Amino acid sequence: MSAPAPKIRIRGLHKSFKKNVVLDGLDLDVGVGESVVVIGGSGSGKSVLLKCILGLLRPESGSIEVDGQEVVGLAGRERDRVLRKFGMLFQSAALFDSLPVWENVAFGLIQGARKDRDQAKEIALDKMAAVGLGPEVGELSPAELSGGMRKRVGLARAIATAPEIIFFDEPTTGLDPIMGDVINDLIIKCVRELGATALSITHDMTSARKIADRIAMLYDGKIIWAGPVAEIDSSGNAYVEQFIHGRAEGPIEMQVRAI
Amino acid sequence: MPILQPIGRTFLRFLEATGHLSLFAATAVGHCVRPPIYPRLIGRQMIAIGYYSLPVVGLTAIFTGMVLALQSYTGFARFSAESAIPNVVVISITRELGPVLAGLMVAGRVGAAIAAEIGTMRVTEQIDALDTLATNPFKYLIAPRLIAGLTMMPILVLIADIIGVFGGYVVSIYKLGFNPYVYLKHTIDFVEVQDVVSGLVKAGVFGFLVTLMGCYHGYNSKGGAEGVGAATTNAVVSASILILCFNYFITEMFFAR
Ligand SMILES: Nc1ncnc2c1ncn2[C@@H]1O[C@H](COP(=O)(O)OP(=O)(O)O)[C@@H](O)[C@H]1O
Ligand SMILES: [Mg+2]
Repeated sequence: MSAPAPKIRIRGLHKSFKKNVVLDGLDLDVGVGESVVVIGGSGSGKSVLLKCILGLLRPESGSIEVDGQEVVGLAGRERDRVLRKFGMLFQSAALFDSLPVWENVAFGLIQGARKDRDQAKEIALDKMAAVGLGPEVGELSPAELSGGMRKRVGLARAIATAPEIIFFDEPTTGLDPIMGDVINDLIIKCVRELGATALSITHDMTSARKIADRIAMLYDGKIIWAGPVAEIDSSGNAYVEQFIHGRAEGPIEMQVRAI
Repeated sequence: MPILQPIGRTFLRFLEATGHLSLFAATAVGHCVRPPIYPRLIGRQMIAIGYYSLPVVGLTAIFTGMVLALQSYTGFARFSAESAIPNVVVISITRELGPVLAGLMVAGRVGAAIAAEIGTMRVTEQIDALDTLATNPFKYLIAPRLIAGLTMMPILVLIADIIGVFGGYVVSIYKLGFNPYVYLKHTIDFVEVQDVVSGLVKAGVFGFLVTLMGCYHGYNSKGGAEGVGAATTNAVVSASILILCFNYFITEMFFAR
C-alpha cells in the first residue's frame, strides 16, 4: 500500500437531468484531513456533486466511496450511519424556520445522536460561541437574522455533531468581503479543531485560496485540473487561467446572444 | 391519428401520477407505523389541524344546520310533511354535510397550509438539510401530519354534527315554532348509529386525503415561490375532488345493499 486510502473517492460520476448533462464522468479524491476546494462557474454542477455524495441526488452511474464504503444507492439505517459522518453548510444556510436558532444548531444532536434537550442546548450554545454568536441569538427565529449570521448558524449546525467530513456550499457567496473573510477564518478554525476532512465549493477565488489545501476545477462535468493551492497560478491550464483571473475572453464561453 | 395522441399521452401521464402518488402514500403510511415516532410533533399538528379548524368548521356546521331546517320546511310544507324536519336535519348532517363540508373547509385551510409549508422547505433546501442531519423527512414532516389528519377529522366532524343539529334545532324552535321536546325526541329516535359512524369513517378518510395531498404536492414542489404557489393550489383542488369522489364510494359501501 503506497498512499493512504482517500476519505472520499469518486470515479466516473455521471448525473444528468433529462437532457441536461451536469456531471459527465467526474473523478475526485479527497484525502483524510485534507481541505479540497472545487471551483467552477455558476451552474457547472458543484452543488449537484455535493448532493450526489450525500445521497440527496442519485447519479446514473459511477462510484462514490466514503472510507472505502460504496455509498451510491445506500438507504435506511445504513445510509443514516454514513450521514452521521457528514456536516453540511448549505448555500442558502437552509435553516429550519419553524425552530429557534439554538434548536437548529442542536438538531443533529437531538434527532441524530439522541441527546436530551438540555445537554444538546448546552453543546449548541457552545458551538454558537465558537462562531461568534452569543446565547441571546439562540432564542431568535432564523427569519430575524442577517445573511452573515445565518451562515454562521449554518456553520454551527454543520459542526455541532463533530463530523468527520464537512461540506461547504459557497460559504462566502452573497456576503460582504469582511464577513466573507470572517467565515473563511471560522471554517479554517472549525476544520482544524475537529481535525475534519473538508470539501468546499465556491467561485470566490479569495476564499478558495484561503481555505484550500488543494483546488480542483470543475468544467463541463469533469475535473479538468487539480493541484495544490500553491500551483494554481502556474497551472498552465487555459481554463483555470481564465477562471482565476475572471476574464470574459478565453476557452470558457458564455452563451450570450447579441442584444 | 393526431387526435388520439394527446388523449393517450394524457392518460399515460395520469397513470404515472397515480403510481407516483400511490408509492408516496405507501411510503408515508409505512413511516407512520414504524418507529421512531415523534409524539411532540404529532401533538403540535393535532392542535394546528384539529383545534384551530374548530371555528371554521363550527361556523360551517351551524349555518348548514340552520339553512337545512329552513329549506326543508318550505319544501315539506307543500305536502304537509313538516314533522320530518328533525329527521332530515340529523340524517343529512351526520351522513353527508358534516363530513363533506368540514372536509372541504379543512382542505382549504389545512391542505393549503401544509403544501405551502413543506413546499417552502423543499425549495429552500430545508428538506435536504433534514435528510443530511440523518432525519427522515417522511417521519419528521409527513407522518405527524397524516396521523393528526386521520385522528382529528373524526373529532372535528363529531363536533360539527352536534353543532349542525343544534343549528337546525334553533331555527325549528324559534322560527318555525316546533316543540323543543318533540324535536329532540324525533332527532334522537330517528338517528342510527350507522349514520354517525359512516360520517366519522368518511371524516377519517377525508382527513387522511387532505393531509396526504398537502404533503405530496408540497414535498414534490419545484422551482421557487411560483412552484410553491402551484403546489398549494394543486393540494386544495385535488383534495377537494378526492373528497367528493371518495364520498360517493364510502356512501355506497355503507348503504348500498
Ligand atoms: N433538482 C434539479 N432538477 C433539475 N435540474 C437541476 C437540479 N439541480 C440542479 N440542476 C441543474 O444542474 C445544473 C448545475 O446546478 P448546480 O449544481 O446547482 O450549479 P452550481 O455549480 O452553481 O452549484 C444547472 O444547470 C441546474 O439547472
Ligand atoms: Mg450551487
